[in-house]
Amino acid sequence: MDNRKIDDATGVETVGHEWDGIEELNNPLPRWWLWTFYATIAFSVAYCVVYPAIPMLSKGTDGAWKWSSRGALAAEMSKAEQGRAATLAAIAATPIEALPEKPQLMQAAVAGGRAAFRVNCVQCHGAGAAGFKGYPNLNDDDWLWGGDLRTIETTITHGIRFPGDDQTRQSQMPNFGKDGLLPAASVSDVASYVLTLSGKEQPGAASQRGAATFAANCAVCHGPEGKGGRQFGAPNLADAIWLYGGTHADVAASVTSAHAGVMPAWAHRLDPVTIKMLAAYVHSLGGGEKFAPVPTPEESTPAGGAAPAAAAPR
Amino acid sequence: MRNPEPMQGVQQQWYEKRRGVFPRQIDGTFRRLKWAIMVITLGIYYVTPWLRWNRGPYAPDQAVLIDLANRRFYMFSIEIWPQEFYFVAGLLIMAGIGLFLVTSAVGRAWCGYACPQTVWTDLFQHVDRLVDGDRNAQIRLQNAPWSGSKLARRLFKWSIYLVISFWTGGAWIMYFADAPTLVREFWSGTADPVAYGAVAVLTGTTFWLGGFMREQVCIYMCPWPRIQTAMLDEKSLIVTYKDWRGEPRASVKAAQKQPAAAFGDCIDCNQCVAVCPTGIDIREGAQVGCITCALCIDACDRVMGQVGRPRGLIDYATLEDAAREKAGNPPTPHWKLIWHPRTLVYLGLWSAIGCALLFALGTRTHIDLAVQKDRNPPYMVLSDGKVRNAWTVKLKNMENRPRPMVVALKGLPGAVMWTDAMSQQDAARSVHATVAADAILPLRIYVAAPAGTGEQSFALILKATDREGGGDLEKARFDAPNEGEQGQ
Repeated sequence: MDNRKIDDATGVETVGHEWDGIEELNNPLPRWWLWTFYATIAFSVAYCVVYPAIPMLSKGTDGAWKWSSRGALAAEMSKAEQGRAATLAAIAATPIEALPEKPQLMQAAVAGGRAAFRVNCVQCHGAGAAGFKGYPNLNDDDWLWGGDLRTIETTITHGIRFPGDDQTRQSQMPNFGKDGLLPAASVSDVASYVLTLSGKEQPGAASQRGAATFAANCAVCHGPEGKGGRQFGAPNLADAIWLYGGTHADVAASVTSAHAGVMPAWAHRLDPVTIKMLAAYVHSLGGGEKFAPVPTPEESTPAGGAAPAAAAPR
Repeated sequence: MRNPEPMQGVQQQWYEKRRGVFPRQIDGTFRRLKWAIMVITLGIYYVTPWLRWNRGPYAPDQAVLIDLANRRFYMFSIEIWPQEFYFVAGLLIMAGIGLFLVTSAVGRAWCGYACPQTVWTDLFQHVDRLVDGDRNAQIRLQNAPWSGSKLARRLFKWSIYLVISFWTGGAWIMYFADAPTLVREFWSGTADPVAYGAVAVLTGTTFWLGGFMREQVCIYMCPWPRIQTAMLDEKSLIVTYKDWRGEPRASVKAAQKQPAAAFGDCIDCNQCVAVCPTGIDIREGAQVGCITCALCIDACDRVMGQVGRPRGLIDYATLEDAAREKAGNPPTPHWKLIWHPRTLVYLGLWSAIGCALLFALGTRTHIDLAVQKDRNPPYMVLSDGKVRNAWTVKLKNMENRPRPMVVALKGLPGAVMWTDAMSQQDAARSVHATVAADAILPLRIYVAAPAGTGEQSFALILKATDREGGGDLEKARFDAPNEGEQGQ
């Protein structure tokens, strides 16, 4: 018996079901559609086999291909490192003096240095390398120990007043006030004199008294005109930059109880290529100096030029 | 809900094998139009990558090139950079509205004539006729048991499919690289793996979709016919069987036997079904399978001519017009059917976007300055007390030749600028640079203002110093220590 039901309106066979008077037409799907559906099932099974898919008690299944996102990241990182290897080797083989002649290498070194700076240096020098009170600003044109590539590299390698490194930069200003080398009044006079060097105070009786004290006690390191001395890391007192503050009280405090900032020697922690790249980055911040014989304080320029001529900012 | 009755004795089929479609060869007005459109569209597709366009020594000479590696899109005299992608977006929107416009004006003309699926299916169906013969021979071969000769014939036909598919994929990749170079690289095995992959994928999909899926794509895969079912209304031009004229059907002989009975013009010759590339019967009315290629009109017109009855038993008509004609009124000319308000709205929208794009294209500058200020630190006191700010500026040269440019300060009295490649001693109110052809030159710029300079606005200006000139201005802010604040 053929009890095929045909819908009157469309002339299409129904599937025979009825829900509250609603019937379903049987418009057959294409057969390939069904095969596509089976193919997706086969794909999902294959996917579960080759990729990590099924959660188990402690971790999911590994999958036949042993793929993992961690592994993929590690592979990409190692590929990137391999890609960098040639550049790093070239930087390692190039003496830092020759780096500026190879702009591409220099660019790569600056980029690498920027990354290393973010990890190792920002804690003291700040994310923008602008420093804080007591931590030098690396963007400006004022350098305690020198601002050419080689000097910066040496500073980073051996640090400043870092115990445990023989070649660390070493100097110590006496505690003139605290240790009783100068009476408090003389300390104040010297501070007044120092501030006249950069025009922050007008010359007066105090500064005149201080001048003599300065010549006797300070000029040996800071120079007769107070322009500093890089072999001691003695700051230039005649410029506009003050590492520990530029008010009379600040300067007097520094004379009373001297500051001796410490920077770690990075040779113990970083490889020479990274240090070279860090030097390139710091040098690129806008205050880097060209290579030149380091001038002695006596050779510094006459008043007007704040920085020594031979090591003028670029 | 009632329990379904058991369907005894009925073998219900939930799935259906594709029924073969073997369209008969036909000639006529619309067939010739299809030929012409096929030649034009395939011609454009295959020839375009080989057209050359001289852009000078600094840019490729391919007229149409999507240079993904260098992020440039060339189209004759137009060159688009990635940041101007809105032109491409605009073109895509125009293409979308263009489809609406065409649908509104002439129904599913895109489906019937210009859609790549239609064009390639048509091409493959010609291959079928070439290899297997016309409709009847194809059906015979299809029903014949597998034999050596059938297999040989099938393999021959599929290899022709494969060659066409390969050329389809092969032409596609030519749009993405210098065509002559890519052809050499492709055949010498030195092309990028992506090129081989693209050709393989496109060859496979063309072979499969054009050779075997055909009308299944239009009916089951493509969303556009489904969207169009919502767009078509009684004002849309569709292929219409004029049933009031055709019914009841009877062959010429049957009609002669019963001259008294009233028969329609349709002689039930089934030619409209035989020529249909999607295998439907247009006499059942408008349906999603009808791509309005109008080949049934050609077939019917030819038969009507042979039996001496007026043409147009099957013809383009709107439902509205069909009703009018059925009532005995003369049909409206086709050109009048095309223009109705919706069409004009789409046309207006389409043209407005086109005009806006052309305007944007005409007024865009080929030189641009972008500035980004250092925000950490925002300013810097130098040892001589001057205040320094730093910017990263980008000089964009969209011309296909190197251009000398100058970046200068506007405002900020007493300030000077220099780049990281210069010495501060050479600082001046402006810096010169030559920007390479079709390139962006990033510069790091330091600006130093005299001690005591306060926070203020100024501008960085860019000027091309060659004869053609042009330039750009960017406002900037100079940061300085507050009054009384000490530099470190």
